[in-house]
Amino acid sequence: MYRPILATHGLTKSFGALNATRDVSIDLNSKEIHAIIGPNGAGKSTLIKQICGEMQPDSGRVTLDGQDVSKLSTFARARAGLGRTFQVSDLCREDTVVENVVLGSLGAEGAVWRFWKSALKTRDLCERAERALERVGLIEERYTRCANLSHGQRRQLEVAVALTLSPRAFIMDEPMAGLGVEGSKQMTSFLDGLRKEAPILLVEHDMDAVFALADRISVMVYGKVIATGTPNEIRNRKEVREAYLGDAV
Amino acid sequence: MKFEERYLNLFVLVGLLLLPIWAQAMDEPFTITLATRAVILALAAVGLNLALGIGGMVSFGHAVFFGIGGYAMGILAYHAQTYTTLSLGLFETGGTNSMPVIWLVAMLLSGAVAFVIGLLSLRTSGVYFIMITLAFGQMFYYFAISWAQYGGEDGLSIYVRNGFPGLNTLVPIEFFGICFVLLCVTLVLFARLQSSPFGLALNAARQSKSRVAAVGLNPTRVKLLAFVLSGAVTGLAGALFADLNRFVSPTMFSWQLSGELIVLIIIGGVGRLMGPVIGACVFVALEHFLGEITDFWHVSLGIILLCIVLFGRGGLIGLITGKEGAHV
Repeated sequence: MYRPILATHGLTKSFGALNATRDVSIDLNSKEIHAIIGPNGAGKSTLIKQICGEMQPDSGRVTLDGQDVSKLSTFARARAGLGRTFQVSDLCREDTVVENVVLGSLGAEGAVWRFWKSALKTRDLCERAERALERVGLIEERYTRCANLSHGQRRQLEVAVALTLSPRAFIMDEPMAGLGVEGSKQMTSFLDGLRKEAPILLVEHDMDAVFALADRISVMVYGKVIATGTPNEIRNRKEVREAYLGDAV
Repeated sequence: MKFEERYLNLFVLVGLLLLPIWAQAMDEPFTITLATRAVILALAAVGLNLALGIGGMVSFGHAVFFGIGGYAMGILAYHAQTYTTLSLGLFETGGTNSMPVIWLVAMLLSGAVAFVIGLLSLRTSGVYFIMITLAFGQMFYYFAISWAQYGGEDGLSIYVRNGFPGLNTLVPIEFFGICFVLLCVTLVLFARLQSSPFGLALNAARQSKSRVAAVGLNPTRVKLLAFVLSGAVTGLAGALFADLNRFVSPTMFSWQLSGELIVLIIIGGVGRLMGPVIGACVFVALEHFLGEITDFWHVSLGIILLCIVLFGRGGLIGLITGKEGAHV
C-alpha cells in the first residue's frame, strides 16, 4: 500500500477564539518538495510547531512513516527522523561552526553520554559534521565563531546541522528568509538536489523559489488549507489568487 | 601583554602549590591553613562551575551540597568519636573516621539530593530556577538549625581530624596535599568533560535548549546529569571544609555561602577551567589581608566584583588573556 513519509491528520489548534490551524491534513511523499504558502498569520508556523512537537494540537495526529508520533516530545521526534530548520536561526552563537554541526552528529549517533575523549577529536563525529559542511559550502568557515557568520552563512549552517541527522523528512521554516537574490538561488539549487535524499516540507515566502522547487503546493488561509496541487494548478486557481497571490504570479 | 590561558592556569596552580611549601619552610602554619581554605573553596566552586559555567544553571542553592558534605563528615565522625551507633533503618554503623569513606558518602548523598533538586528545579529556568534552588537551600539551612541531635544551631565539633591511610592529616601541609591533589584531579576531569561530547551538548543546552532538542537530544537530561555531578563535587568540598575546621554548623547551608560560590566563579571567569580557583585565591586573600585592616573588607570585594561585571565579562582570566568567555 502506498504510504506518505510524513502526514498530518486533522490538526486543529486554537488560541481562544483564534483558530490557528483548522483540520489541517497534509502529506509528504518520498522525493518530493511540498511547499506551504499563505499570508502572514495563516498558521504555517503553528502547523510546523505541531508537527515538530513544540506545540500540542487540540485534536489531530502526526504520523511519520505510518507511526503515530503525536505523543512524542520534540527530541524524540527529531530522533525518529524529523530534520528541522528554524525560521530564525537557532544556533549556538558562542560556538564555532564545527561545534554546531558536531552537535548534530552527537544527536545522530546518540553519542552524548561520552565523557572523556574530546568531541572534536572523535573521528566519526567530525567526519559526519565535515561532510555536511562541505555540502552546504561552509567548510572553509569551520573554525569561525557562529556569532561572526553572516546571516546567509547562518542559514546554511542551519541546513548543515539538519543534514548531519540524515533525517527521514526535512521540515524547513523559511530557509530563504533574508538571503538576498544570489543566496536564494544557491539555496534553491541545493534544496532541489536534496529532495532525492529525503522529502522536504517547505514553508516559504519567496514565491520564485516555491514555484521553482515545489512538486506540490498547499495554500493556507486563516488556519485552513484552501487548496493543494501542482504549481500550475495553484497558479490558476481563482480563490488562491484572491486570497494570497494577487498579481504576484 | 596577553597571556595564553593555559600558562596562566599552570602559573596559578604552581603558585598555589609553592605558597604552603614556602610557609612550611618559614614555619607559618596559618598560611598553609589559608591556602587549604582557598583550595577547598575552589573545589566547591569548580563543582558549581560545571552547572553554572557550562550548563548555565545559576544555582543559588549550592550550599546544600556543601552542607551535606559537611554533615556527612560531621555525623560519621561524631558517631566514631563517641562510640555510638548510627542507625539508618535497615542497617547500623558505628560511623567512621576514614576520609575516603566519608568522601564517598558525601559525594553519593549530595549527588542524590542534587538529582531530586535538579529534577524539580529544571522544570523552570531563569529567575525561577535561581529562586527554587535558593528555597531548597533555605529548607536545608533551617532543618540543620533545628536538628538538635547533631548540635542544632551550635553545630558539631569533631576533635580529631579524620584519617587518610599513610598520612598524618593533622599536619597542615599533609592535609593541604590531600586537598590539592583532589582539586587537581577534579580539574583534569572537568577539562575532559568540557571538551567531551557530553560537555559540548551541555554547552549547547545552555545556549539553546530548542537547538539541542532539534538534533534529537534531551536537553533536560543532559543538564540534570551535570547538576548531579556538580552537586557531588561541591559535596566533596564540603566534607573537606568540615575536616579543615573540625567543625560543622548550619552556616555551611547558608545562602551567603551559595552566593559566595557564585561570586568566586564570576571573579575568576565563568565557565573557565581555572576561574573558580583564581576566584577562590583572590577571595581568601582579600578576606585575610583586608579583613585584618577593616571589618568592611566586603566593600572592596564588592567593588572588584562590580568592576569585573561591568568591564571584564570574562572575569580575571578574561582580563588577563584578553579573551571573551562564556556568558551566562
